Amino acid sequence: MRLTDGAPGSRILAFGGYQPAKVVTNDDLAATIDTTDEWIRSRVGIASRRIAGPDETLADMAVAAGGKALAASGLSSPDIDLVIVATCTPEAPIPNTAATVATRLGIVAPGAYDLNAACAGFCYALATASDAVRAGTARNVLVIGAEKLSQWVDWTDRSTCIIFADGAGAAVVSPVAEPDDAPGIGPVVWGSAGDMADKIFIADRNSFIVQEGQAVFRWATTALHPVARAACERAGVDPTDLAAFVPHQANLRIIEAIARKLGAPQARVADDIVHSGNTSSASIPLALSAMIERGEVGSGDAVLLLGFGAGISYAAQVITVP
Amino acid sequence: MAMTQEEILTGLGDIIDEVAGVPADEVTPDKSFVDDLDIDSLSMVEIAVAAQDKFGVEIPDDELKNLKTVQDVIDYVRRANVSA
Repeated sequence: MRLTDGAPGSRILAFGGYQPAKVVTNDDLAATIDTTDEWIRSRVGIASRRIAGPDETLADMAVAAGGKALAASGLSSPDIDLVIVATCTPEAPIPNTAATVATRLGIVAPGAYDLNAACAGFCYALATASDAVRAGTARNVLVIGAEKLSQWVDWTDRSTCIIFADGAGAAVVSPVAEPDDAPGIGPVVWGSAGDMADKIFIADRNSFIVQEGQAVFRWATTALHPVARAACERAGVDPTDLAAFVPHQANLRIIEAIARKLGAPQARVADDIVHSGNTSSASIPLALSAMIERGEVGSGDAVLLLGFGAGISYAAQVITVP
Repeated sequence: MAMTQEEILTGLGDIIDEVAGVPADEVTPDKSFVDDLDIDSLSMVEIAVAAQDKFGVEIPDDELKNLKTVQDVIDYVRRANVSA
């Protein structure tokens, strides 16, 4: 038996993001449920969120984000040989989202699968894409995080409907250009805690998302900064050398608590949640692509990604901005 | 060694100042977290976590919801210290 020739390292060529046009403000929500703009801002840090239109599907959003990343990468559809869609809100158990998205983007016969690690999904997908490139089982991978959480939220439940939102973000993962080039995707540090499966869940296809906010908050603010620091250590990047920290946009207070404990006071901390809400697996690529567009991070910058959520699942890695 | 009421109150004042921005001298035993100090449920979790680091006493969420005043926390820490 022979094995594939691998690549010495992987890198991200480009990011892309897509958000639905419809903006739902806190005041919009306060008109129908018992809450206030002040309460939502102080508890979760969200001012407004984007919600998909009734006819806008998960695949529509994934195609939009994936198409942007592909266009920005300089590659074209035939170059892509693997498509991974990280999502916990697929339209149906089968078919998967990835194959449909690939076809709509003109990518012919790639490997295609969906990956569910909830809000950690993008970091898991990025890690597996990177490993596929390094192992030589894929050349160029389109990684997409996409969610339509609005379909799984009880819009009369003021503890959840204020948080979750819709959107998609994508990245193109490829081998390093030259064998001696520094890799652009660091080793992943990942893990899970299945004993906390009952802290965030959707019981079945007729149910809505349920979250035990206090328990999740306690876990996230105490267990994750060591994971984040371990990802830096494994990549050989000191936290004080990070240009930015892009954690999953779960709750601004969780983000700030982890950032305080990270030991990277110079790093710009993503706060995309303020106007995007919590978009689960889409939140990290959405936040980072917006930071790149605004020029808040530049090519070659080291950025720490940290995904975490239901499962409980978590994953972190350092990447280099394309 | 068991901590005194005053030691715990001082430590708690520092924690609440850091977590919630409430000046330590406003943290007196009779104060209610929610009604007097304007501290919400998430800040209470942060206070519980910081208290665990400072006093070595774990305050689980189930217990936390019963601690309404500063004195409630002081009593909880002292009881836990005695049983430990």
